[in-house]
Amino acid sequence: MRVIQTVQRPLILLATVVLAQVLLLAVQIKRGDVRLIRSWAVWVLTPFQRAGISAIDGIGTAWNSYVSLRSTRQENEKLRKELADLKLRTAHLESRAAEADRLGGLLAFREANAEVPMVAARVIGAGASESSRTLYIDRGESDGIHKNMAVITPEGVAGKVLEAFSKSSLILLISDKDSGAGALLANSRTFGIVRGTGEPTVELRNVVNDQDVAIGEMVLTSGLDQIFPKDLPLGTVASVEKGNPFKLIRVKPAARLDRLEEVLVLLTRQEIPAKQESGATAAAPEKKQ
Amino acid sequence: MELRAQFEQHIEVHKYPWPAVWGTAFLAVLVRAFLPVYFPNAALLELPLLVTLYFALSRRNPGAGLLLGMGIGLLQDSVSPVPIGYYGIAKTLVGYAGSSIGGRLDVDHPISRFLMTFAFFHFHQGVLVLIKRVLLAQPEALFSTRLLLASLVNAGIAVALFPLLDKLRKAS
Repeated sequence: MRVIQTVQRPLILLATVVLAQVLLLAVQIKRGDVRLIRSWAVWVLTPFQRAGISAIDGIGTAWNSYVSLRSTRQENEKLRKELADLKLRTAHLESRAAEADRLGGLLAFREANAEVPMVAARVIGAGASESSRTLYIDRGESDGIHKNMAVITPEGVAGKVLEAFSKSSLILLISDKDSGAGALLANSRTFGIVRGTGEPTVELRNVVNDQDVAIGEMVLTSGLDQIFPKDLPLGTVASVEKGNPFKLIRVKPAARLDRLEEVLVLLTRQEIPAKQESGATAAAPEKKQ
Repeated sequence: MELRAQFEQHIEVHKYPWPAVWGTAFLAVLVRAFLPVYFPNAALLELPLLVTLYFALSRRNPGAGLLLGMGIGLLQDSVSPVPIGYYGIAKTLVGYAGSSIGGRLDVDHPISRFLMTFAFFHFHQGVLVLIKRVLLAQPEALFSTRLLLASLVNAGIAVALFPLLDKLRKAS
C-alpha cells in the first residue's frame, strides 16, 4: 500500500497540477486575461530587467564612445588627408584650366595667322645661370627649328632661338642682357633698339632727346634685325627720361616673360599681319616727355 | 526489501540548495525574456526548458520536478504574450517525465544529455502544439526546419550548461 502510494502520489499531483492549469486556461478563454498573475510576475522581473538593460547600455555606450572616438580620430585623419589631396587636386585643376586658357589663346593666334608657319612649344626648363634669361623648349631641329628663329606669344615677342638641338631648343629672352631686337615706336615710327637689362623691363635705345615719346606708347619690331618679322609687339613705354645723348626709355615687355609656359616659334620671317584687336595697335599716350 | 528498492527510484540522487534551484530558474526566465532584445536569434534559446530538464534529470524526484516545471512555466507565461498555463502545462509534464527517466538512464554523459535534451525539446513542443490546437483551438505547426535547428542548438547548449549547473550540487 505504501509502495503504491509512493508511486501514485506523484501521478496524482501531476494530474492535479495539469488540471488546475487547464482550468486556468479555460477561465482565460472565457473571461479574458488573468492580469493579477501577470502583474506580479512583471513586478518581480522588471527591476532586474531594468538593471540589466542599464548595465548593458552603459557598457555599450562606453564601448561605442571608445570605438567611435577611435574611429572619429581615424576618420579625422582620413578627412585631413582627403582635404590635402583635394587641395592639391584643385590647384592642379586650376593650373590645367589656366593652361587650357593659354593654349586656347595660342591656338586662336595660330588659326588667325594660319598662313604663317610656326611651331608651338612648351617651356620645359630654364637656363642654369642666375644672370641669364634663357629657357628650354621641347621642340628642336627635328621640328624645323633653327638658330635665330623668333619666339613669340600671342601677346608679343618673347625672344629668339639661341641654340637648336635635336628635340629641344634654348631660347634667349629679350630681357637678357645679351639680347637685342630692332624696334620702332608705333606712333612716330622712330627706329631704335630694344636691349635686355637682366631686369623685367628692357631699354629702348638710340632714340634722340628731341623725339616725343609717350608713356604707354607701343613699341614694335622693326624687322631690321633680320630675326623678328616687322610690327610684332615688343612692349609698351613704361618710363621716359632725358639722357645723354639719347633718351632713357624703359619698356615693359608685351609678353609675360616671367610666366612663359607655352610659346610659338616662327619658322619664317614672313610678316604677321597686324590685327585690330591685338596688341599691335598703339596704346593711347599718357604723357609726353 | 527488493520490492522496496525497485520502487524507490524517485529518491533524489543529487541535492541542490533550494535558493540555487529557484534562483537559477528565475534567472533562466529573465534571460529568456531579456536576451532577444539585443540578440534576436537568442529567441531560439529555451533556457527555462533546459533548467527544468536539468533539475528533473538530476534530482529524479517527480513531485519536485513537476512543481519546478510548473513554477518555471507559469513564470514564463507571465512575461509572454500567451495564456497563463500554456508553458506551465508543458513544463510540468517535462519536469515529471524527466524526473521519471532520470532514475533509469545515465544522464551525466554529454551524449546522453544531448540526446535527452533533443528529445525533450520536441516533447515539449508536442505538448505546446496539443494545447494550442485542442485547448486554444489555434493552428500550430508540429514540426519545421526552424524547430529542428532550435532543438539542435538547445541540445548543444545543454551539453555546455549542465556541467556548470552541476557545480550547484550540494556536497554529499
